[in-house]
Amino acid sequence: MMDTGVSKRKFKQVGTRPARPDGVDKVKGRAMYGADMTAPGMLTGRILRSPHAHAEIVSIDVSEAVALTGVKAVVTGADLVAQDDIAMRDIQINVLATDKVLYDGHAVAAVAAVNADVARAALKLIKVTYRALPHVTDVDAAMAPDAPVVQAGRSLETVPAGMSANVTNQCEFGHGNLDAGFARADLVIERSFTTAATHQGYIEPHACLASMTSDGKAEVWCCTQGHFNVRSICAPLLGIEASQLRVTASEIGGGFGGKTAVFIEPVALALSRKSGRPVKIVMTRDEVFKATGPTVATSMDVKIGMTKDGRITAGDATLRYSGGAFPCGTVEMGAQSAFAAYDLEAVRTLGWNVLTNRPKEAAYRAPGAPQAIYAVESVIDELCQKLNLDPLDVRIKNAATKGTLSSYGPTFDDIGLMATLEAAKNHPHYSAPLGKNQGRGLSAGFWFNFGGNTSVSLTVNTDGTVSVSEGNPDIGGSRASISLMAAEELGIGYDKVRTIIADTASLGHNDNTDGSRVTFAVGLATIHAARDVIKKMCGRAARMWDIDEDAVTWVDGAAVPAGDNAGKFPPMTLAEIAATSLQTGGPLAGHHEFTADGAGVSFGVHLCDIEVDPETGHTSVLRYTVFQDAGKAVHPDYVEGQMQGGAVQGIGWALNEEYIYGRDGRLQNAGFLDYRIPVASDLPKIDTVILEIPNPGHPYGVRGVGETPIVPPLAAVSNAVARAIGMRMTSLPMSPPRILKALSGG
Amino acid sequence: MQYAKPKTATEAARLLGAETGVTRVLAGGTDVMVQLKAGMVEPALIVDIKGIPGIRSITPEAGGFRIGAAVSGLELGDHAALCAMFPGVTEAAQLIGSKQVQGRCSMVGNLCNGSPAADAVPALFAANAVVRIEGPNGSRDAAVETIPTAPGRTSLAKGEIITSVLLPAPVPHSADAYLRFIPRTEMDIAVASAGVSLTIDASGTITAARVALGAVAPTVMLVDACAAAIIGTKLDAAAQAALEQAASAACKPIDDKRGTIEFRTKVAGVLARRAALIAYERAGGRK
Repeated sequence: MMDTGVSKRKFKQVGTRPARPDGVDKVKGRAMYGADMTAPGMLTGRILRSPHAHAEIVSIDVSEAVALTGVKAVVTGADLVAQDDIAMRDIQINVLATDKVLYDGHAVAAVAAVNADVARAALKLIKVTYRALPHVTDVDAAMAPDAPVVQAGRSLETVPAGMSANVTNQCEFGHGNLDAGFARADLVIERSFTTAATHQGYIEPHACLASMTSDGKAEVWCCTQGHFNVRSICAPLLGIEASQLRVTASEIGGGFGGKTAVFIEPVALALSRKSGRPVKIVMTRDEVFKATGPTVATSMDVKIGMTKDGRITAGDATLRYSGGAFPCGTVEMGAQSAFAAYDLEAVRTLGWNVLTNRPKEAAYRAPGAPQAIYAVESVIDELCQKLNLDPLDVRIKNAATKGTLSSYGPTFDDIGLMATLEAAKNHPHYSAPLGKNQGRGLSAGFWFNFGGNTSVSLTVNTDGTVSVSEGNPDIGGSRASISLMAAEELGIGYDKVRTIIADTASLGHNDNTDGSRVTFAVGLATIHAARDVIKKMCGRAARMWDIDEDAVTWVDGAAVPAGDNAGKFPPMTLAEIAATSLQTGGPLAGHHEFTADGAGVSFGVHLCDIEVDPETGHTSVLRYTVFQDAGKAVHPDYVEGQMQGGAVQGIGWALNEEYIYGRDGRLQNAGFLDYRIPVASDLPKIDTVILEIPNPGHPYGVRGVGETPIVPPLAAVSNAVARAIGMRMTSLPMSPPRILKALSGG
Repeated sequence: MQYAKPKTATEAARLLGAETGVTRVLAGGTDVMVQLKAGMVEPALIVDIKGIPGIRSITPEAGGFRIGAAVSGLELGDHAALCAMFPGVTEAAQLIGSKQVQGRCSMVGNLCNGSPAADAVPALFAANAVVRIEGPNGSRDAAVETIPTAPGRTSLAKGEIITSVLLPAPVPHSADAYLRFIPRTEMDIAVASAGVSLTIDASGTITAARVALGAVAPTVMLVDACAAAIIGTKLDAAAQAALEQAASAACKPIDDKRGTIEFRTKVAGVLARRAALIAYERAGGRK
């Protein structure tokens, strides 16, 4: 790890690499994931899905299914409460369709039966009459004025008149005079790009167990990135109050944003209410691909001007994103992040979201940014090639720094881009020799990072240990990081702290585990909760010493008199205060509830070496190094894990992953055989270099790290391929047939 | 659904012949179990052949090897003498699936599944393999290339099962090789593939050859024109080019999610050439 930061604080716990608290159970197979929950009398729920890309539901006849022995309940869209709020209504009709099915795999009805065989047989007995409608799955085709309309009346006022009814929203960001900027350039390059929709590819399918009694009390156990969000969505869909629905998050086998959405939980609750029995639903892999969120598919135009010496004079990007059959704001994040790495006088990004007959987009790690930044970084790389400039020098020359007016509006505070670029430049990887058919590519990447609503409770137990209750499912080792921060603040050992994920009844609302927010925001809340209990412990010491509360301070895990004037007492440790707490005023606990602000943005730079087999178009990744500013790496193992995982997902996106639709609008590759995520043997070890430029918004300097690493790989791999084969690919994935076609002259 | 585990091949054939509904033969189960789980097939009868004596044995026979129908990929890979004699066949069989699948999957299952992309099959074609078939009318032998007839279909009659495959003794200075193209490096299915077996004389001239291509037609196919392109040559550049051209010319692939016609046609030629070079070197010839 390279510590180029200026953090003044000397940490005792933060920055070490202790074993994670959930590690043993996960390695030994004891950890309870979504499908591992069972309840007495439990039924199996299964969902009937649309075989059409787009169709009107004329009628649904469930009578034969209901009559089948062993079937305990059948539900349709009519069993959920119709929602007035438009965003909630989109979720409602995505969970169970009402008037129309909008994509292949859209849920139409569900059964609960005594076992999976009966449930499967019952699905075949449900008679749905469809009237097929024209469909559109391609983003550019959906923008044509005469395209089939996926949902009418969904365009916001921001969309200019005359555009396709599938265009739902338009956004624009930027500053400066583009024409003047392009006029100053020595070379202007304009290119168009497309990227395929890709799935988050988590190994654990969505799974839940729901139980709802006739008096309206309900429980859900599920794998999710946010059980408070599950409650917020399920309660209105079932017509119950939040207090009556308790949601508990299971361990989670990957989410990457895709488990911030709700699909099966309201269906399981409706089936449970109707059958009077607990109902478990576990998606098949086919269902996961067809009906849970991939990311957006895109089509983009980027134009950039550059001077002979590598200064970018202007940048302009037009983004057409499709988040599937429902309005989606992801294009706004793409438009804001496209040029965020650069200090530009003239920049503009224009974005549209377009409806297509595809599943509803769900967040995928830095949603919207990898695609736009792929297009921008590709054009910058081509400018560097044509102007014979070093691509890292050019990025250093144009890099945003503290005080830069960003392309999306705010002025940057302390940021780590320059340090990250310089670390890449000085790394031996950048100057290592390359062989025949090999190429080296690089890309910068950016993500905003978020804070958000957070609630933490911390109790000091009478034996001197500490329990932290937080409300964000641990998808990347956050329990270890939260325990480290609690231990650091309290001045006790990591092994004295255990952090658990509490259910929705035990804490105030917590936003989803998303936006790279947990280590930052939950960590911050934990630090504040620790300070809250420290204050109380100082009060207990003051009372025992019979001195003023303000005259006691906390040093290295113990209360001490603030100065000689306060009195002379030996330090009273946390364990000593805890041991007598039930006699000195009762249990000790600290809390913190807030909307966290000040999540520092994060930049990364990736270097990638590849080799292309010119006879087959096959690309092998030979060497890969990730450089990223973590602010402060609380638990470096899990920071590196995020950097490696994001890089691997981005490499898959660049080379092979894609949603493939047939002419019938149906998904052709709904499984891991033909939706090709990289396997271990495809990749070298992903090397990591953590930089630490403290975030001024966090007492330890922490920045979120989980999303930035998926942003640069698309362009890093593509730029490497461009240099290896001597031509530029402008569509992802760069699958072997596409590369071979390009090599043989298109 | 009935499950039977007969003790003899005769009994297995009788059960399969007598059943009027859909039947499936279970050896390793790496295709059947997936089809069952996905609801693709609901058989009336499953006949597990693993109880038949010899079905999991590798036995020397007339200088070659007889391999039982349920011998797994891992068992093939562990058999040093077999691997030394037929590196192409054994490497091909070990490309199927993952490590876990290798513990169960069999070459005969791979053949009877009828996929044009089956990894073991082009190598078996090239090696001149002969299958032994047990059926209601007794036992018969057949050349392996007569078995696949269309995607998912074979020439086996109702009630017939393959109990073993014979890899006949190679003549001296012979060797085989198999290559496939996949977008990844493992756990994938061939987009195009080629199996080559050849024999050279003392001067390094190829005297006999068999070339089979996979995933470029409705079935794996033996391409005589490919063999003709290299017999009588020392696999020089001109012969390599002729082989590549003959292979591409023989392709009748489809466009699908795994590859285009254009891609498969080109890559099948490349793989045939590369596999021939490996076989030639293994046979003792110099590149």
